[in-house]
Amino acid sequence: MTEPGQAANALELKDLSVAYRVGRRNRAVLRNVNLTIKAGEAYGLVGESGCGKSTVALSVVRYLPRNGSITGGSIALDGKDVMKLDAEALRRARADSVSMVYQDPGKALNPSLRIGRQLTEIFELAGITGQAAEDKALAMLNRVRISDPAGVMQRYPHQLSGGMQQRVAIAMALANDPSMLILDEPTTGLDATVEAEVLDLIGQLRRELSASILFISHNLAVVSNMCDRVGVLYAGMLVEEGSTKDVFNDPRHPYTVALLRCLPRGGQRKDQGRLDTIPGFLPGIGANIVGCAFADRCALATERCRAEPPPLYELGNGRLSRCHYHDQAQSLPRATPAEIAAAAPKQAPPVLQVEGLNKTYGSHGRPLRAVKDVSVSLRPGETLGLVGESGSGKTTFARLLLGLVAPDDGGSIELEGKKLAPRLASRSEDQVKAVQIVFQNPDSALNRSHSIRHILSRALKRLGGLSGKTLDSRLEELVRSVRLTDRHLAVKPRQLSGGLKQRVAIARAFAGDPRIVVCDEPTSALDVSVQAAILNLLADLQSRQDVSYIFISHDLGVVRYLSDKIAVLYLGRIMEFGPSEAVFSGPHHPYTEALLSAVPKLDRAESSRIRLDGEIPSAANPPSGCVFHTRCPRKIGAICETKEPELSEAEPGHTIRCHIPYDELASLQRPKTVEPA
Amino acid sequence: MSATDTPASLPAPAAPDTQQRSPWGEVLHSLLRSGTFLTGLFILLFWVVCALFGQHFVPYDPLASDIINALTPPAADHWFGTDQLGRDVFSRVIVGSRDILTVAPLATILATIAGTALGLVIGYFRGIVDDIVSRVLEAFMAIPVVIIALLAIVALGTSKITVIVVIGLSFAPIIARTVRSAVLAERELDYVAAAKLRHEGALHTMFVEILPNVIPPILVETTVRLGYAIFAVATLSFMGFGIQPPSPDWGLSISSNYGMIGGGFWWTVLFDALAIASLVIGVNLVADGVHGAFND
Repeated sequence: MTEPGQAANALELKDLSVAYRVGRRNRAVLRNVNLTIKAGEAYGLVGESGCGKSTVALSVVRYLPRNGSITGGSIALDGKDVMKLDAEALRRARADSVSMVYQDPGKALNPSLRIGRQLTEIFELAGITGQAAEDKALAMLNRVRISDPAGVMQRYPHQLSGGMQQRVAIAMALANDPSMLILDEPTTGLDATVEAEVLDLIGQLRRELSASILFISHNLAVVSNMCDRVGVLYAGMLVEEGSTKDVFNDPRHPYTVALLRCLPRGGQRKDQGRLDTIPGFLPGIGANIVGCAFADRCALATERCRAEPPPLYELGNGRLSRCHYHDQAQSLPRATPAEIAAAAPKQAPPVLQVEGLNKTYGSHGRPLRAVKDVSVSLRPGETLGLVGESGSGKTTFARLLLGLVAPDDGGSIELEGKKLAPRLASRSEDQVKAVQIVFQNPDSALNRSHSIRHILSRALKRLGGLSGKTLDSRLEELVRSVRLTDRHLAVKPRQLSGGLKQRVAIARAFAGDPRIVVCDEPTSALDVSVQAAILNLLADLQSRQDVSYIFISHDLGVVRYLSDKIAVLYLGRIMEFGPSEAVFSGPHHPYTEALLSAVPKLDRAESSRIRLDGEIPSAANPPSGCVFHTRCPRKIGAICETKEPELSEAEPGHTIRCHIPYDELASLQRPKTVEPA
Repeated sequence: MSATDTPASLPAPAAPDTQQRSPWGEVLHSLLRSGTFLTGLFILLFWVVCALFGQHFVPYDPLASDIINALTPPAADHWFGTDQLGRDVFSRVIVGSRDILTVAPLATILATIAGTALGLVIGYFRGIVDDIVSRVLEAFMAIPVVIIALLAIVALGTSKITVIVVIGLSFAPIIARTVRSAVLAERELDYVAAAKLRHEGALHTMFVEILPNVIPPILVETTVRLGYAIFAVATLSFMGFGIQPPSPDWGLSISSNYGMIGGGFWWTVLFDALAIASLVIGVNLVADGVHGAFND
């Protein structure tokens, strides 16, 4: 409790322990978490999935699932002990002083009520009714800077885009003017451009409101941009805490050091070395931890670490680290050697040549041009990165290559100089096995009823044409090449972790010695340390087998790490195409510029940013002229609205679709070189 | 739970502290803890035992008439009384479960096999196949079972086989509809696209890839249908289209005795009716339990 006259801390957790009851045993999820958020402060909580981040949030509002219970410690909101509140007082506290925004706004909003109704409901609870409540609701929508608030009030949640839904959810959370705002992965499902807008909004609101913020995210860069202080959670324990700048620039716990190293940073590329990984696994919930929880995965660990649990050492300046050797944390040796044999660039003929590919869907009688006039080429052993917001045609393009959907007449896809039939059914066996895919979600991509052995054997039989003994020996080889073991063959997909499942999916794609593998967001469902391991694996397989990748990802850092060429797509059109370095370092198309600028970065202090207004237009009704003119920050005039620019060559091999001449783009973009992710 | 998977330390498939059960193990576990399911199973097993071994332990031959003792009310030597031919009602009720417990399950199995195959095909191919077949099935479902049975009996004659085929085929569209909707969801998953990218045939994709994943809704629908099938068999027997005399079948017994309720001879009908009711309730409780176990 606080002294009278002194401002209470917005949130104070003292020795908070939470357990989930699973199979008649209480399993510890949070272990003695101490955490204080001062009034008006933004506090970031980071850590991989399973560390207990969301459990912290749920405990604060006492929304733990039925099998969860607080086994020790205390939670104080504004100096009031949440644990001691009775049902009515708890309801009041939830209504008045604390609000939560969840990851999926689509699930947080009631699908059968209009937005206006859902918003006014909150004010009615506070005793404001009728027109007054409606005015207040409208004011809330204005505050979250939603376009056409009056129109939005009349709409249902499904009629809004993800970004708008999240704005509404934030408006609802702010309606009662809470003193504590909990944001649980608020931008995780959103496009980078939309994410940037939502983060900007949260940043602006912070300045206008007095609310303290607990910001939970697995994305270190987002937290580094949003928060004053940050806490790193590992196995339900706070392992490091300090000001955001200190923790990310000068980490003092090996776990933080390792997490930061897993991210491709500063324009790192596959030919400059592999990403670092974290060996081993997070301790399971309720595991009995002797000594340091991270010791098993830490190359610095000594006997002392395994025997004696480290306390939270105070390092001065508000910094804490739960490591006996916090002063040496940054000397943590790499878990994966960085060196790789640099492959000499080859001048082989292209393995893939796409000319004038189009795909039009009929949508309510209106043609919807999902892919328009796309031409790309790719050499063996190269990666083509496809970049663009959702709805830009990346996945449709990939499905055209695979033959899962047939393109419009006219264009052509050539594989090693031979024309590919538009439909999968009319392609030859050799062509089918030559183009394979690693899907985004391994849970959907692997048949849950089949064992890993069945999945891979079937692929070897159909794609590799193998059987009997040769199949078995090749299976063993394949399993080893993706760094799984025989042990994994007997199990079903659900018994494997996300990263291991994705390895199985990769193995399946490689069963028939493919020439091209489409990777459709293969790491977006994975934690950063697992992502690093998968990216390393893809890079290794490529350098060994000379396979080409079509790599789709919304994470530009990841795309840059793996890609040799980049195609930037917008409304199904290529806006920019060229060697990865040229596209990233610029000068680039204004759209590429905006995309790069939207990505939250760890390395960069806040600099000038370009924000795209509004949503990506509908492909069924694309803007006239240059399709990007409606959102373009560098629009030059009427010509942009009337005439569609050609893809013109800026440098050899680097083409840009823009009316602004290349030299002018160069001088426009020079003053503030946009640092890539 | 997160796991960084480097070659150095691969996990055992099931971590010891998570106690992972297989999906089927989990279903079995929750079934064995469900009072609904166990009660239903108990009733069902009781009648199965009666059907299999009833004739060895009943006090009288269910078919032996004893005209002198006709229509005696329930008493110590005839617990459920006797019917108009003096046959022991208790013995007839116990043994009467035999025909219905052969015919109804076989009809349900036929419905399940036919319905599953049909549902897989229309769900997988969609489009014009689905449009045409679904409309035909809907039209078929609109005709009452009794009318179909009447037509079939005129065409095929009365026999257990006819009853099985009639009920099996009239329930097949309902199961097909359930399977179809499950298949529609499954076919959008990426493993189906992955099968196409291996040039797998439609049969392989339907029966090897998709079918194992739609077993749970099929099982639920099958147990629900079994309850209806029992009722349908009893109804057909009652109307004289089903199981034929001299079988002690329940529906048949009710049909031949119900005229005597007015004369106060209630025991000739009541116990057979209760038997049908208890079996249907038992099967429905099992169905509820199975549904709950798969949807928890």
